[in-house]
Amino acid sequence: MKLFPCADQGLLVELDDLEQVLALYAELVDTPPEGVVDLVPAANTLLLRTDPARTDLQRVAKAVLEAEPRPGTRPDVGHIEIPVTYDGEDLADVGRLTGLGEREVIEAHTGQEWTVAFCGFAPGFGYLVGTDDRLHVPRRDNPRTKVPAGAVALAGEFTGVYPRESPGGWQLIGHTTATAWDLDRDPPALLVPGIRVRFVEA
Amino acid sequence: MCTLKVVAAGPLSTVQDRGRPGLAALGVGQSGAADRPSHRLANRLVGNDEDAAVIEVTFGGLELRAEGGVYVALTGAPCPMVVRAPDEQPRTFAAYSAVWVPDGATLSLGVPSSGLRSYLAVRGGIAVPEVLQSRSTDMMAGIGPDPLAAGMRLPVGAPAGNLPETDLAPVCPPEAADIVLRVVDGPRADWFTEDALDALVGDSYKVTTDSNRVGMRLSGPELTRSRTDELSSEGMVCGALQVPPTGQPTLFLADHPVTGGYPVVAVVLSADIPKAAQARPGQRIRFVRVATPGGDLDD
Repeated sequence: MKLFPCADQGLLVELDDLEQVLALYAELVDTPPEGVVDLVPAANTLLLRTDPARTDLQRVAKAVLEAEPRPGTRPDVGHIEIPVTYDGEDLADVGRLTGLGEREVIEAHTGQEWTVAFCGFAPGFGYLVGTDDRLHVPRRDNPRTKVPAGAVALAGEFTGVYPRESPGGWQLIGHTTATAWDLDRDPPALLVPGIRVRFVEA
Repeated sequence: MCTLKVVAAGPLSTVQDRGRPGLAALGVGQSGAADRPSHRLANRLVGNDEDAAVIEVTFGGLELRAEGGVYVALTGAPCPMVVRAPDEQPRTFAAYSAVWVPDGATLSLGVPSSGLRSYLAVRGGIAVPEVLQSRSTDMMAGIGPDPLAAGMRLPVGAPAGNLPETDLAPVCPPEAADIVLRVVDGPRADWFTEDALDALVGDSYKVTTDSNRVGMRLSGPELTRSRTDELSSEGMVCGALQVPPTGQPTLFLADHPVTGGYPVVAVVLSADIPKAAQARPGQRIRFVRVATPGGDLDD
């Protein structure tokens, strides 16, 4: 574990892998150190954003070092199924890039459990990591200026669902009618950190 | 209930309060007033709760008509303020004071003499509906009320407390010359050459026109990297100086994205972020490197 201060606004904790991030996140979500206003899990870091008026980084660092991460545990936020129609414009390209062909891409996407590692990019945009690496593909050379809401896409080790129409450089493999972001829902994000996801063919 | 009718919105005026802390894990940043001390002061001058919603006015130009008499106060970038009441001579007011705007009168803000963002508090607060417990417009996430536009009507809330006896706050206006910001080495400072860290503080950076509530793109000495591998996206704080492959840093402000994929070379101390939020395009910023407050974390 490495600790990096972000001036007096936060502490970036670097860990070995996502598993460790989620284990520490699970513990700190339940018992956040005094003065921590936000926890931002990412692929191999956890940011503790602090209120400098209420704490200092020494105290936050001490709390992190004394926290007892729960290996193998993740924030208990349950699991969901997301129905997907696999008709994305880049599906054929992904089939070629991975050497799997379209049908096996679909089977690989539906055939593994994905976990939301973290959110970012836009409200409700979750970065999901899987358990097999056959679907790892680069981003498109030319990002699209408009990706429709509900698009299901791949990039690097991640898959994701676009919560609203936005620009985007991920490879589109399909779309879902599931609503990734809904302000009238609590929480508004469907894909919260730690939630486990199965994609099923619609 | 009083309302404020927007006659002209100026270049950009938005409703802001303290924002949405605690939702970063869902991809929602804090947002809120870019210059928080000015936001709080404006509220105090009209007897509001410090966190009440105000109008953040970018580079003046706002004109409002009061439908019902209201007390207002302007802080941050000082704009000339003119109140025109029906059948009365126009009256001019200074910033940092509480001002009565009678029913039917218009309030017009000119261009600020220094600084970029002004905060117009109205007694009772701007009472647009909350979204995720805040009335702030988050330009990055597209959450909260739309930016002000001519014809819009803003509801004013009920006064929360007594009017303060102080009706003028003696504060310094934002710096018109170079802005000095204290920075601490960022979490990825070691991804840069030692020359880059010297360059960051050795000369000044110009605030470019490519600047908004999300962040300011700066132009100045190029910051060269010692490591060129890809950084996994990671959480970012307000005040982070992130460096894309161009080597020109971006200073992130209130509506910054929750995570970023480029290394952060340095972070502005929280106490200096309000000064950064008042920097105008064309103005120059000098960074001064200081030690992490409180010392080494390994102590």
